[in-house]
Amino acid sequence: MTRRPSRFRILLLAIVLSAAPFSSPFEAAEIPLAERRSSYDMMSAETRAMQDEDTSNPGMLWVLEGRELWSRKVGAARRACADCHGDAAESMKGVAARYPAFDESLGRPINLEGRINLCRTERQQAPALAPESREGLALATFIGTQSRGMPIKSDDHRLTPFIEKGRALFSQRQGQLNLACSQCHDDNWGRLLAGIPMPQGHPNGYPIYRLEWQTLGSLQRRLRNCMIGVRAEPYLYGAPEYLALETFLMWRARGMLIETPGVRP
Amino acid sequence: MTRALINVPTKAKRGEIIGLKVLISHKMETGFRYTTTGERIERDIIHTFIATYNGDEIFRANLHPAMSANPFLAFHAVATESGVIDFQWHGDNGLAARQTAKITVE
Repeated sequence: MTRRPSRFRILLLAIVLSAAPFSSPFEAAEIPLAERRSSYDMMSAETRAMQDEDTSNPGMLWVLEGRELWSRKVGAARRACADCHGDAAESMKGVAARYPAFDESLGRPINLEGRINLCRTERQQAPALAPESREGLALATFIGTQSRGMPIKSDDHRLTPFIEKGRALFSQRQGQLNLACSQCHDDNWGRLLAGIPMPQGHPNGYPIYRLEWQTLGSLQRRLRNCMIGVRAEPYLYGAPEYLALETFLMWRARGMLIETPGVRP
Repeated sequence: MTRALINVPTKAKRGEIIGLKVLISHKMETGFRYTTTGERIERDIIHTFIATYNGDEIFRANLHPAMSANPFLAFHAVATESGVIDFQWHGDNGLAARQTAKITVE
């Protein structure tokens, strides 16, 4: 009987210690480069198999559509992407691996979807594509897949202030649940959230075919999804906050390989 | 136009069991959902899928509203002779689509 209280005290201490990583104010414990893992590694064998084979990866349906759009003449200029850029397998190789890229004239980074729309409005003189539109996603996926297997590049010093802004947003508590991105994706990745392993949150497979969505979606849609998850108010599509987050996430995933189109649960 | 990705081996040995895979781009709208203003979204699904091998039916499937968007069908057949494997699918709103693949059997 005399041993019981002390055992209880040890147990209590153990609980307090194990809860410590959750309760301590985070000090941006970034994942060491060598420990970064694509969410692909945490998926079931079935989902991985789905992504691996081009005829079972539903994202390839958008690639197929994007390939058609690439050589379709549009806008007042009656010009197709291919008229300027030629064969995408050559000209677009590695492009998605270095976006968002700094745009001199805008003085800020621009993501791939934004670049496609700039090309449309300025060169093709066609209306911009709406966020998450089928056509826009198809083109982004088609261009993205040309960089499959290539490492993400983020070495432009002009991006630094935007990476810093993205980092600040990433570690900023938000929403009714008062959670920062980093609390799940830096501090607790690999642990279970509602029975599902929390990924590190790398942007290397976007646009992704998400089984839960039963369709393809952009990185911004995914970010929006997490914001709703923590009951924060999502930004509008194309908001500077999303761009900063995208720029930060690409920097965070530098060197990791592009998987576009990724399949995710 | 409906898009589909079809995976059929181009060559096979006589008597070999071959895997056939079809991934069809389709939203598979269930008919059970409502818009934010309360109007029902009409059902729009693929309901029948048929595969024939040189004219002989080798596989048929009925699809239902509970199936996911972009259905993926995988099945097997015995490679008997060179020829054409024909895939067709029918759905709501008069959808009728067909794609074919050639196979050489040695």
